[in-house]
Amino acid sequence: MRSTSGLRTDSLSLLCAALGGAVLLFIIAPLASLCLSCSLPELAETAGDDEVQASIWLTLWTSMAATVFCAVAAIPLAYLLARKDFPLKGLVSGIIDLPVVIPHVAAGLALLTVVSRGAALGRAADKIGISFIGNSLAVMLAMAFVSVPYLINSARDGFAAVPERLEKAALSLGANPFRVFLTVSVPLAARPIISGMIMMWARGMSEFGAVMIIAYRPMITPVLIFERFSAFGLKYAQSVAVLFIAVCLVFFVVLRLLAGGKKDAQR
Amino acid sequence: MLSVRQICKTYPGFGIKDVSFEVQQCEYFVLLGPTGAGKSVMLEIIAGLTRPDSGSVLLDGRDITGEKIQNRRISLVFQSSALFPHMSVYENVAYPLRWCGRTRSQIDQRVAKLADDFDFSHLLEARPQTLSGGESQRVSLARAVASEPRCLLLDEPLSSLDASSRCEIRSLLRNISANGQLILHVTHDYTEAVSLSTHIAVMEDARIAQIGTVEEIFQHPQSQFIARFVGIRNFFKGRLKAPEAGGTSLRHFATDGLSFSVLTDRPAGQGSVMVRSEDVTITNAASPTSARNNFAGPIVDIAPIGGGVEVIVDIGHGKSLEIAAIITNEAVSALELRLGKKVWVTFKAAAAIFIEG
Repeated sequence: MRSTSGLRTDSLSLLCAALGGAVLLFIIAPLASLCLSCSLPELAETAGDDEVQASIWLTLWTSMAATVFCAVAAIPLAYLLARKDFPLKGLVSGIIDLPVVIPHVAAGLALLTVVSRGAALGRAADKIGISFIGNSLAVMLAMAFVSVPYLINSARDGFAAVPERLEKAALSLGANPFRVFLTVSVPLAARPIISGMIMMWARGMSEFGAVMIIAYRPMITPVLIFERFSAFGLKYAQSVAVLFIAVCLVFFVVLRLLAGGKKDAQR
Repeated sequence: MLSVRQICKTYPGFGIKDVSFEVQQCEYFVLLGPTGAGKSVMLEIIAGLTRPDSGSVLLDGRDITGEKIQNRRISLVFQSSALFPHMSVYENVAYPLRWCGRTRSQIDQRVAKLADDFDFSHLLEARPQTLSGGESQRVSLARAVASEPRCLLLDEPLSSLDASSRCEIRSLLRNISANGQLILHVTHDYTEAVSLSTHIAVMEDARIAQIGTVEEIFQHPQSQFIARFVGIRNFFKGRLKAPEAGGTSLRHFATDGLSFSVLTDRPAGQGSVMVRSEDVTITNAASPTSARNNFAGPIVDIAPIGGGVEVIVDIGHGKSLEIAAIITNEAVSALELRLGKKVWVTFKAAAAIFIEG
């Protein structure tokens, strides 16, 4: 019996490994093929291209700025969702997930109806000399819109996992709720908050649809890749794509490592 | 002084009704009751974590019913450690000292003093996760005391500890109480109540069933519930004597002119002896027995009690000292027991439980 069940487990593992391998291959193969189709001199030439450099730089800083600005408001909201019961809480949670489920081109259009020069917000901003359209502000807006659910959901789960007992203890020690939030709740939920910020940043950086509608220019790298592809074809676009993937990967890995290191320091 | 007046709080299917009691400064007050009696809700209301539906809480004469938690000066210590896991032991104890205008060296001094008093000076740099149960409870108590509370609330602080750390924390609690700290301690364990309290309130079915000193509660339980819950009618305060030369664990316990034989290895000192009524036998004449405790006296009460009969015998010399035995109806008729009859009561030294405090 024992050997039969052992055999069964083995064949199950084999099947899982084979299917899993196929999925991994499905992810790796196109990326590998894309990377291998570019020669190093091509890449070097693309890296020296001013337009490419500017777009990568723009993509990186706008997605980071969008994440940091949003975090200031999104983290308290996540805390509220984790700790308090209020009317229509389910509806609020649903609204937060909306940007994930609607097509991002539609999200871009929706944003455009609010910030275009004809719309109320656009007019108001215009009066104080801010124009959303064709501005890095618009890029950030589009990135934040589609990626903020990742931060809120991760932070909410993080806060929910902080034992309420600790917050109660801190209050009874004379700390006011703001201090408890900053010195107990946020530090204990730091890991999920940071990993949510990394996810939000990564998601914002890779956004194309919403950004293309609201701010075709200044050109972020995904839009640049699309433009070169539609104007000049695959060969011309792929070296930019490979370069961008490499930059994203480096940042992603470094940030993950930094976040992991912080976790260890906390223990 | 802490004063709780007519507190009511209703939850779906549960609630507490009209709870009132007062705790004087320097008192060690134990709220004793079975799980689900509403003790922890009471504690949360006093701490400010829960709002009562009606009634009020007064601390030193000031109504704090609607006061914010952080302004109440009431500290809470939980059953399991509520130390902040992302801070060191030092930072935990310093937490209530920060943000209120103290200089760094003042904080250092205060933490060092507390660490010394509570015996964890060697652990200041440690992380809470690395501490034993007893150690984290010592740090939790020190942190609570650091905030200089007017009232210290303890929610089953000993129940997750092993026997030896329990003993250690008990003596720590006695010291804190001896320094004049008002303490309200919630527990379901009567030995904690006996060992620590000056006053006890028994909670039954979401209301207070009886309030009194330890002796009053154990010797004169006012309801069936208390008698059953505390389980032990025979309760004597006194002094355990040092072991005699030869060093057996059979020891003498002196109370009100009588001496009981007790099996224990606790150090000599003040304490209580408890004997379950079921462990006491009654005979008409002295007879040779292995039991070390034999006393004679008249029967002062015979009362039916849940399936048996409770017979109370006064074994005191000059001063009344009552001992209760629970026996069967058949035994009452076979021994022809009646009020005033002189009988012998007997119990084994092993049946006498000694609790220090």
